[in-house]
Amino acid sequence: MEIDEPDVDEVVELENPWVTIVWNDPVNLMSYVAYVFRNYFGYTEEKANELMLAVHHEGKAVVSSGSREQMERHVQAMHEYGLWATLQRADA
Amino acid sequence: MKPFKRRRRGGLLATFEPGEAHVIASLTSQVVELLRDRNGESASDPDPLAGELGLSGGPSLPPDDPVLRRLLPDAYRDDSGEAAEFRRFTERSLTSAKVANAETVLATLKDAGLDETSFDEEDAEEQEPLEVELDAEAVQAWLRTLTDVRLSLAVRLGIESDEDAMLLHQSEDEAALAMAELYDWLGYVQETLVTALS
Repeated sequence: MEIDEPDVDEVVELENPWVTIVWNDPVNLMSYVAYVFRNYFGYTEEKANELMLAVHHEGKAVVSSGSREQMERHVQAMHEYGLWATLQRADA
Repeated sequence: MKPFKRRRRGGLLATFEPGEAHVIASLTSQVVELLRDRNGESASDPDPLAGELGLSGGPSLPPDDPVLRRLLPDAYRDDSGEAAEFRRFTERSLTSAKVANAETVLATLKDAGLDETSFDEEDAEEQEPLEVELDAEAVQAWLRTLTDVRLSLAVRLGIESDEDAMLLHQSEDEAALAMAELYDWLGYVQETLVTALS
């Protein structure tokens, strides 16, 4: 008989399995992107600016992680703001 | 235009020349038209209620029109199957939200005195500037709609990188130059709006 051992990978996956990524685009104003991060995610000005600069300089940034359903809602909200966002598995 | 400023009672106020307000309304209406066509609202829906409730599902393929493709992007980057499924269940509500935002913008311009039906560019200079006042809800609609309008213009102008955006004003095509100026101006309008909120 096999004894079920806790699957560590699965635990990690259950904690933070999906991420929302915002991609850089040449249209959206830096001030607007930071505003969206503050206003929608409730991030502090410091964190919102940090994420905005990461998007701008690195081309993308993970702006949130959690369940797939949550990330789908975030992506939909970002698209309504006109930001270019996608979701994917955190380990992808 | 006089930039957006916060009023004492919480709303935001900006002043637009009639021609400026007309341009915003006209570009906004174009976006509405594109989105409505995508949602098939111009054709008679066999079951309008099911359509409204999203029960019939929306399109699963990305739009052919590059502007619509930017306004309604894929939610999954490397998985077209998941992207299609997500689009089928969410695109209509995203499109409707964008249309509702745009309609709020048009309504605030109308409230400020813009008369789309009798707008005449010849007389525009003699007309009074429009005071546009936004409450919290209208602010959100303006932020999103200005973004959608700028995204649309950017696609038409072929702006795909930060470099493209900087090279815009070196174009020798007069129509493109005029559109580039408009694009920049809308960016300025949005910047004053974001700044007034901060």
